[in-house]
Amino acid sequence: MGTELGKYKACVSARSTNKEILKRSQDGGIVTQLFAYALEEGIIDGAIVAGPGDEPYRPRPFIATTVDELMSARGTRYNISPNVSWIKEATRSYGLDKVGIVGTPCQMQAVRKGQLYPFGWRDVDDKIALAIGIFCMENFPYQSIKQLVEDHAGVSMQSVKKMDIGKGKFWVYTERGATVQLPLKVTHKYEQPGCHVCLDYVANLADVSTGSVGSPDGWSTVFVRTKNGDDIWGKAIAAGCFETKPIDQVKPGLELVSKLANEKINKNQKTVEGRATFGVDKALRNPYIKP
Amino acid sequence: MATADVEKKAEITKKEEKPVAEKITVGHVHMSGCTGCLVSLADNYDGLLTILDKYADLVYGLTLADVRHIPKMDVALVEGSVCIQDKISVEEIRETREKAAVVVAVGGCACYGNITRFSRGGQPNQPQHESFLPVGDLIKVDVYIPGCAPCPQLIRNVCVMAYLLLKGNQEQQELAKKYLTPLMQLADRGTEACGCDLMIDVVNQGLCMGCGSCAAACPVRAITHEYGKPNVNREMCIKCGACYAQCPRSFFNFDVITEFEGISELINGALQ
Ligand SMILES: Cc1cc2nc3c(=O)[nH]c(=O)nc-3n(C[C@H](O)[C@H](O)[C@H](O)COP(=O)(O)OP(=O)(O)OC[C@H]3O[C@@H](n4cnc5c(N)ncnc54)[C@H](O)[C@@H]3O)c2cc1C
Ligand code: SF4
Ligand code: SF4
Ligand code: SF4
Repeated sequence: MGTELGKYKACVSARSTNKEILKRSQDGGIVTQLFAYALEEGIIDGAIVAGPGDEPYRPRPFIATTVDELMSARGTRYNISPNVSWIKEATRSYGLDKVGIVGTPCQMQAVRKGQLYPFGWRDVDDKIALAIGIFCMENFPYQSIKQLVEDHAGVSMQSVKKMDIGKGKFWVYTERGATVQLPLKVTHKYEQPGCHVCLDYVANLADVSTGSVGSPDGWSTVFVRTKNGDDIWGKAIAAGCFETKPIDQVKPGLELVSKLANEKINKNQKTVEGRATFGVDKALRNPYIKP
Repeated sequence: MATADVEKKAEITKKEEKPVAEKITVGHVHMSGCTGCLVSLADNYDGLLTILDKYADLVYGLTLADVRHIPKMDVALVEGSVCIQDKISVEEIRETREKAAVVVAVGGCACYGNITRFSRGGQPNQPQHESFLPVGDLIKVDVYIPGCAPCPQLIRNVCVMAYLLLKGNQEQQELAKKYLTPLMQLADRGTEACGCDLMIDVVNQGLCMGCGSCAAACPVRAITHEYGKPNVNREMCIKCGACYAQCPRSFFNFDVITEFEGISELINGALQ
């Protein structure tokens, strides 16, 4: 295992000790629990999360300043939620001095770029108090998800209780208890194109990053990455927020995370390289070389 | 301009200067801008005082230093676009290029024209002053700091990095070079910016992933997201260039950004 998992100080399998959180969390409720703890302890004044939007399963980024609001945002919405769009407003209109933000690996990249290169993010760099990253293989436009759920799975968006991607399949669970699964072969073509040049699977630049892969059902794999993340995670554990197990004692464990990370990075690296010869003596732009 | 050139020029100025304190010399050159960029620099408060105390001597600046003519300097921070009907401005910008080792265009007006792109003249008391060009249309610019106003923190970072590039040890020089590279590449990219760049160079190129950075960067709230993709209100856009520069899919230099923790500590440490 090399750079594909990024730098980290610790990796564990964990889940929240709060049953209420677990009722609707996507996996081990790590995101909601850690933000709730940080909010109650004054480590953050609020957190940018992806809450329910105007249509079923369409996320709307918003700034949660209460535990109830955090609870309303539990669960994964497999389509784009521009969480970072609130990063400056959080410190302005909302007046937060200590901002939490959850996001996909690309959103963590955006946050760190904005801290080192704040072109338009005035007075933001030192106000990011907790950045939680979620693992991400790919994301979808809302219309893609709608098409997958309604056309391919034959389920109305209103009746979906949960969506999940795992064990090589796209799962749709309905409020009435039905389960429909689609092979990822079907979902691939609906992916957001921008995801195909993405070179990060496990949110290497977050303070703490988490996802389901590697841990048993209902549990999450957690990487503790920065000094800040380590500090907050340590306090949350001491406060009894999480049950944990050493990652080398759970199945399928870190090896699977590593394998998927490598698969994603290698595939997308090829896409990035392919862009150089996309046309006849004409390249598509490579953001990793220059603007 | 390649980093090697900057170094070469820096060396030349170094030789010509008397070897006093290990500070760099910096000037603020005011073209047609609103002084918001200068205020942004000043908004570093204690940080600015530390910079002036430890790293940089301010050798030129209309409101700050009592010097009439543009002197030799390591770094010129140029604010504002150049009115080509104003002889003095044109002369001064030419002189700036001659006298400064590194020319930094600070803010949207210097980089891209920004709000001055909309000028058609007719303002008292010089109604004939109607044409304003980004600095890069008249001289070679080395480093860009887009934005309106540019963020105090980015100006600060560039000042610290410029110091490390010119006076640091080898490791610091390497870091500074890596850090400044995308800002030099932005300078090479051209003198036009618009919210449309998000469409042309990100979405049209199949690179947008819907993070929202662009909307957060826009000073006039011209950008919203529709189903995760940026939607620019072009009537509102003032052409400052912040959104595209902020976008992680305009540039993303892993070698620098992956080290965000260490670099932030270094910059904060330098300003203690
Ligand atoms: C597009 C996408 C793809 C993913 N792919 C993988 C994968 O391949 N492997 C894997 O192990 N995990 C993946 N995840 C992460 C996983 O689905 C869970 O979100 C993660 O494990 C957190 O669960 P939790 O129980 O700790 O969080 P919860 O307590 O349930 O909270 C989830 C948090 O995520 C936020 N959120 C929900 N949707 C989005 C969104 N679209 N964008 C940004 N934030 C959002 C919510 O606001 C909420 O705060 C993916 C997530 C997303 C959004
Ligand atoms: S695959 Fe990458 S670009 Fe796409 S949403 Fe996930 S982290 Fe972002
Ligand atoms: S900043 Fe994010 S949302 Fe905006 S254009 Fe770039 S990738 Fe897309
Ligand atoms: S859309 Fe906003 S940030 Fe982008 S160039 Fe226009 S004014 Fe600047």
